[in-house]
Amino acid sequence: MIEVKNLTVSIEDKRVLKDVNLHIAQGETIVLLGPNGSGKTSLLKTIIGIPEYKVESGMILFSGKDITKLTIDERARLGIGIAFQRPPAVRGVKLKDMLRICMEKRGDFKEEKINEFAQKLNLFNCLDRDINLGFSGGEIKRSELLQLLAQNPDFIMLDEPDSGVDLVSINLVGKVINELLEKEKIARERTKAGLIITHAGFILDYVNTDRGCIMLNGTIICSGNPRDLLEDIRSKGYEGCIRCLR
Amino acid sequence: MSSVDVRERAKKAEKKPSAIGPDIDLNAYSVEVKEHGKIQKLKNLSGEVKEKAISVGVEAVEACRSGSFFQMDHSVILSSAYKSGLEVMSSTEALKKYDWLQDYWWKAVNVDADKYTAQAELKQNHGYFLRALPGAKVEFPLQACLYMTQDGLAQNVHNIIIAEEGSELHIITGCTTAPGVRTGLHIGVSEFYVKRNAMVTFTMIHNWAEDVEVRPRTGAIVEDNGIFLSNYVCMKPVKTLQMYPTAYCVGENANVRFNTILFAREGSNMDVGGRVFLRAKGSRAELVTRAITKGGDIVTRGHLIGEVPGIRGHLECRGLILSEKGSIHAIPELEGKANNIDMSHEAAVGKIVEEEIQYLMARGLNSEEATSVIIGGFLDVEIKSIPEHLKREIKKAVRMGEERLL
Repeated sequence: MIEVKNLTVSIEDKRVLKDVNLHIAQGETIVLLGPNGSGKTSLLKTIIGIPEYKVESGMILFSGKDITKLTIDERARLGIGIAFQRPPAVRGVKLKDMLRICMEKRGDFKEEKINEFAQKLNLFNCLDRDINLGFSGGEIKRSELLQLLAQNPDFIMLDEPDSGVDLVSINLVGKVINELLEKEKIARERTKAGLIITHAGFILDYVNTDRGCIMLNGTIICSGNPRDLLEDIRSKGYEGCIRCLR
Repeated sequence: MSSVDVRERAKKAEKKPSAIGPDIDLNAYSVEVKEHGKIQKLKNLSGEVKEKAISVGVEAVEACRSGSFFQMDHSVILSSAYKSGLEVMSSTEALKKYDWLQDYWWKAVNVDADKYTAQAELKQNHGYFLRALPGAKVEFPLQACLYMTQDGLAQNVHNIIIAEEGSELHIITGCTTAPGVRTGLHIGVSEFYVKRNAMVTFTMIHNWAEDVEVRPRTGAIVEDNGIFLSNYVCMKPVKTLQMYPTAYCVGENANVRFNTILFAREGSNMDVGGRVFLRAKGSRAELVTRAITKGGDIVTRGHLIGEVPGIRGHLECRGLILSEKGSIHAIPELEGKANNIDMSHEAAVGKIVEEEIQYLMARGLNSEEATSVIIGGFLDVEIKSIPEHLKREIKKAVRMGEERLL
């Protein structure tokens, strides 16, 4: 579904991604691990098309189409969705308004869906509030997922969906991620694919992922079974990865 | 003070410039204009007048209004109340009818504040008198339109609004010019008296021509448990606009709120403020401003004066600069003169944050759509305690301005 080929990216002349290669097939979910500042968020922001992330070389293909030069909204309308790690607050724009926008832009607006989705994430009380303004950490994460439910993208990127989420809410978050990624279906029947960044790895207890990748200094250095990778990181830290590279 | 004294004071202030805002040569504007005949119904207005009136919230269909006042240049062409408990007439007629009105004349605004108040006294051209009798509560708003048809004319009106004890009065005032009028001067003195347990909501929408100069002079005296809520919207071009409405909370638990929405295009100069004197225990004030410039210059002022313990006040000003040219100068002032008071302010001026646009684009909106949604949200001031159809009028006026923004 998504293919990143030899991608090198910089922000204001600082290189943040170096020769990144990544392929995620339809039905597959990949977890991206790595220390702070390793380039995980940069990769997601480059895939969604934030203009500050300048592609110096390489390309991004989505369903076989080169999207490297498309604008953010063009990518979103093609079916790429993202849950931001720290989304901005937008004054005067209610969460409900955003859900309407998400549905309309994917050509499937149904008023009754707003409440249905909000119920799933226990966010009724936030619908009439300015988006992200005064939201708790957990509310922000759930509100991002709520927008993805409304948007119904094919390729779903989640930037630390588990950080700042309490133990009760993480269950909800896991459930909705599984729904977004059609985890109830067998892999070959799924129409979605996912890329999840996690720092602490909590979400892996709730969402099955197919493969893990470790990012270091802007490059994906290895991949493998996500649980094994996480276990290694927990026991040896990312120092272990650095030694492994030597 | 006798009317002779008032005129003497006005004469002394005839050349006194305003403390703030660009000075105007009053002699550049004519005070002579032909009289317009009276009409029986607003629907008798011509199509183009009706259209302009609608743009400032004044409806020719009177079903959802409790009374109407229409002044064209210097002629009051219609004034009538449709509901009992309300009085609507020209202020000059009211002065003749009620001797006691002298006690309200120039009591909330100083006649010698500047040459504009002086001119309103010395060369007054009517204005409206709106009054809710004790206990009268009318859901539908009274509407008043001040309309200018002659290029280069000065219109000097003096309005008096009285909400007697326990009454509730909703007013929508629209001020505008006929198509083809480019220049003019509008001086509007408005004095509000909100008695004990009364409530006044006052929504004013301005839609002037590009070279019109506007000097409203407003004062409000609010008694015990009285509520004065003023909404001002100016989304259309104007040459210069300077106003600093002032409310005096003289009764316990008096409550004042000013909501102001401004949009200045290139060539427009707006200096708009709000000032509240909190003089009685439990009185509250909130001033909220949203200002957008696309080339014009805006000064937005707010001044709260807490004079006794137990008062609360908050100022909020947000400004958005959408072009290379243009400026917004926010001047919030808090003046505490007693202990145990609670006053605060927040002000922010800047451009649209790129990250917000990108956030909306990630949900599928293109850049222009995202900008439009953000501006719409920015201007969406939460306006409480006014009837739904007035909220709609405000939204309509804001939306019409927004279309020019993009």
